[in-house]
Amino acid sequence: MDARRVPRTVSDPKVRQVGFFTPGAPPDRSHSGPPHPASSSPPVADISPSGNSLSPVMIPPPRHLSAELPRGSHLPHAPLSPMRARDSIPVGSYNPSEFASPTASEFTEDALSPNWPVRRSNSGKFASSLPAGGFDMSSVKQNNFPASSLTTVSIVKMPPGITEKDGGAGVEVQKERNKVGSKPLKEKTTKAQRRALQEAQRAAKAAAKADGSETPAASSGVITSANANQLKASKASLQRKDSSPVAAPEKRSSDRAPDKDRKKDVPHPRMQFDDETRVEKAKKRSVVKQTEAKNRVELFRHLPQYEHGTRLADLESKLFQLDPVHPAVYKVGLRYLAGDISGGNARCIAMLQAFQESIKDYSTPPERALIRDLTTKINSYVSFMIECRPLSISMGNAIRFLKTRIAKLPLSLSESEAKAILLSDIDRFINEKIILADKVIVKHAVTKITDGDVLLTYGSSSAVELLLLHAHELGKKFRVVVVDSRPKLEGKLLLRRLVGKGISCTYTHINAVSYIMHEVTRVFLGASSVLSNGTVYSRVGTASVAMVAHQFRIPVLVCCEAYKFYERVQLDSICSNELGDPDAIAKIPGRNEINCLDDWPNSENLQLLNLIYDATPSDYVSMIITDYGMIPPTSVPVIVREYRREHLWT
Amino acid sequence: MDFQVVVLAGGFSKDLVPLVSKEVPKALLPVANRPVLSYVLELLEQNNLKDLIVVVEGESAALLVGGWISSTYVDRLHVEVASVPEDIGTAGALQAIDHHLTASDILVVSGDLVCDVTPGAVAAAHRRHDAVVTAMLCSTPVSGPTESGSSGGKDKAKKPGRHNIIGLDPTKQFLLHVAAGVEVEKDVRVQKSILRGVGQMEIRADLMDAHMYAFKRSVLQEVLNRKETFQSLRRDVLPYLVRSQLRSELALNGVQAEENGNDKDASRNAKILLSQLVANASTPSFHELYALGPNGFAPSPGKTHKCCVYIASKSNYCVRLNSIQAFSDINRDVVGDASHLSGYSFSAQNNIIDPSAVLGSKTTVGPQCMLGEGSQMGDKCSVKKSVIGRHCRIGSNVKIVNSVVMNHVTIGDGCSIQGAVICSNVQLQERVVLKDCQVGAGFVVTAGSEHKGESLAKKEKQ
Repeated sequence: MDARRVPRTVSDPKVRQVGFFTPGAPPDRSHSGPPHPASSSPPVADISPSGNSLSPVMIPPPRHLSAELPRGSHLPHAPLSPMRARDSIPVGSYNPSEFASPTASEFTEDALSPNWPVRRSNSGKFASSLPAGGFDMSSVKQNNFPASSLTTVSIVKMPPGITEKDGGAGVEVQKERNKVGSKPLKEKTTKAQRRALQEAQRAAKAAAKADGSETPAASSGVITSANANQLKASKASLQRKDSSPVAAPEKRSSDRAPDKDRKKDVPHPRMQFDDETRVEKAKKRSVVKQTEAKNRVELFRHLPQYEHGTRLADLESKLFQLDPVHPAVYKVGLRYLAGDISGGNARCIAMLQAFQESIKDYSTPPERALIRDLTTKINSYVSFMIECRPLSISMGNAIRFLKTRIAKLPLSLSESEAKAILLSDIDRFINEKIILADKVIVKHAVTKITDGDVLLTYGSSSAVELLLLHAHELGKKFRVVVVDSRPKLEGKLLLRRLVGKGISCTYTHINAVSYIMHEVTRVFLGASSVLSNGTVYSRVGTASVAMVAHQFRIPVLVCCEAYKFYERVQLDSICSNELGDPDAIAKIPGRNEINCLDDWPNSENLQLLNLIYDATPSDYVSMIITDYGMIPPTSVPVIVREYRREHLWT
Repeated sequence: MDFQVVVLAGGFSKDLVPLVSKEVPKALLPVANRPVLSYVLELLEQNNLKDLIVVVEGESAALLVGGWISSTYVDRLHVEVASVPEDIGTAGALQAIDHHLTASDILVVSGDLVCDVTPGAVAAAHRRHDAVVTAMLCSTPVSGPTESGSSGGKDKAKKPGRHNIIGLDPTKQFLLHVAAGVEVEKDVRVQKSILRGVGQMEIRADLMDAHMYAFKRSVLQEVLNRKETFQSLRRDVLPYLVRSQLRSELALNGVQAEENGNDKDASRNAKILLSQLVANASTPSFHELYALGPNGFAPSPGKTHKCCVYIASKSNYCVRLNSIQAFSDINRDVVGDASHLSGYSFSAQNNIIDPSAVLGSKTTVGPQCMLGEGSQMGDKCSVKKSVIGRHCRIGSNVKIVNSVVMNHVTIGDGCSIQGAVICSNVQLQERVVLKDCQVGAGFVVTAGSEHKGESLAKKEKQ
């Protein structure tokens, strides 16, 4: 099964995104099968409920199950608690699924989770016997779970036109679908179909083996119907109608899901802020009135840059006029804008906590579905936050996670239940992706610190700070060089905390980094994000530090939680970056004698550039320490590929 | 936004005698022919704060204010009027309506505030820092008419050189010291611990407390319950909170929740780690640094709370109507410099003359004037920089400069009025000369009399 997965993912990202609607199907079949998702309905029509996922072009059941279970079957054991799993990990090894599997299991729908171990064992058997992965799961599911629980799942993913509340409507719709779907079937007696038949038989056998209760009958029904011509097919559809009307919507939803996902996956074209018409449009929409800065550096005109002085005041004065924004979200936005919170983790946590607050206070308006309404709400919050400060990648990933969770909520849940689930999901995300991830990173990284080391760090990274404190607690003898840079001088705070703990420190500015590098034995850096070409996207200055260290042949270790990984590829720090307040570099508080740039906005010949991030090429990074282990930068795409879908966001 | 608004409308202020009377409590004093309270209410309405509690001192005043509000703001605002005993002070008034306060933060606005600073800004500063109190400060208005050519107010404006002393931190976000001008005698005592904590303090004397506060409700209630002697928000509560900000005795919500909410060790650790993570990443204020102690890791971090300020920019108009001088200043400004507050549309001559007003021949009404509906003026009158109320009857040859004339006033021929405030139903007989006078409601000034700098009113017993 892994062998099957590899070719899909090895192919370049574009191909993966375009052709992703058949993730569960083997690659050869995805070529032979009809290329567009709509044509996946014919097979739906001809197979009966239990075996419905046997069709070659059919999409397997929810990804997290299908993708995760097969891998589990190859592993000797499946750890249930993340902590234990982490303990058992040999340092430096890269054993992804051990970390990943508990998360995945916990993120599945609550309705399903109690039965999890059962399913696992079943599928393990199937996995070994069947080459075409995924479909076995659905059949097993069908056996294990009452139909009612599946109904709920299905409605979630219904296309917007079909918003039935009760099962009856769904059946009606389903009927129509079947009729439509059965027509093209006549013409096609293709290889794909023969293959489907074959697989149906196999599946039936397997299902019979797994639990021989009522499934055999159903699956045999599948076979007959699949065997038969179009008359029989229509009969089968009738049969299905009475037998289990709920199965079909379930399946359809599952084949639609990747399709939707694919749309989401295509990265939005970034707003180019040198495109005047679009900027005008965006301005009309925006909540925060912002005036574009006039003097912008040539290369960076495509990035948003505003007059920083006016924005805070404007936003502040609007406090009571912004009805749609929840106070907690507003407060966080305000603090982003004012620069009170910085740092990828902290911003992400603050945002998630604000979302939690807003979800707590949320109530679905009448005549609206929670899923959709809450999603639009969250969207509006997000756009508000973007106006306050561009999102960091960590936040973007967290938002994606939250939205997936909302979209996956079963419709049958009451509002309070749904809210409770979301709240605990967010909590879990914070705990597992940030807190526990940091702990694991520290555990890994601390092995790289030996007595007598001189460690250099740049800026103030939360992971690195935890690492240093932990190493100190372990009694390791080392010295820290904190390199800092204007205008934020974040390192000072880190320095204060480190010195407060009794760690011997040296503080210097980045200008002196080449001097201090002589004595350094290791460089630990934090990251805002790690892109899939191994580029480390981090606080501006990180690249220079890494380069100098590389030149001195000093290992550069980047500590970054895996939730900050991003599939984008970036080669320079120009095309996507963030511009800070230019005043911050022009003015030095407390030193009026050198503030000669006070009237700079009036000068057309002066442009100030205050970049926030830079991109460190992977060549300068020796190792990336993440919660999945210590990996070379070249392995980042592996993590992104393997875990993004299955574990990071579901 | 989870803010509750309390408007302290006061009662019959003693400072404003003879302007206020039994019929006209302070909140209903007309500013450009609108009660002063309407400026606050409309400011709040503009900012989408439509759920208000208006606290009025005294039953009769409450009836009057309530009647006016219900007639004017029906369907526009949801206002509850609470009457509290007189002389209870602002702190007492808040305590009296204690049980009505439910939101997490309370915005307390003085009813005599005429300003265009959005309360949202104060609330936002409050929220951003999670402060226990945020006060709005504005620059002290220049009292007395600034225009040359008017002698009015010169002798009155000579107040003793008392200024409010306000200490700010270098970022101008936190309040470190407050002392009302009255209490300052010769020396200002600054707390050593605060000075040590913040390192640098900016002492300002040009700022005025605008009486717009955002309080954290739990803190406000705690302070009011614990310190029963506190009378005034400005003189007692605010200084107390500012004084104790580095050795807080308040049980803040967050701290409590953290202490109660944890039973499991693991989750507690995670939570601590989480809060630490966020705290480390955010720019600490001096409060946090002080709480952590000199080494950054004090064994038991001291409790602190934050007192923030929002300083209105100089371009904003912000004045309190708390003296007679302020009353005429505000009246002049609202039809003049701060005309955007009045809500009227000005004519081409930069004045407001109601269409129903009748002007005699050769009568001139200058710029920055206002003439209410149904008022009649005789021939050859001249009005400059004055506000004239409704249904006044003004004879011929009358000069009105820098004055406020309220409703239903009768002014005889040949009067000259400068820098005066004439309340409702006053009768000025012929050839009266008033300069810098206040004439109480219903008073009759006899013909030909001249007054300068006097306060004329009926005797109290009437």
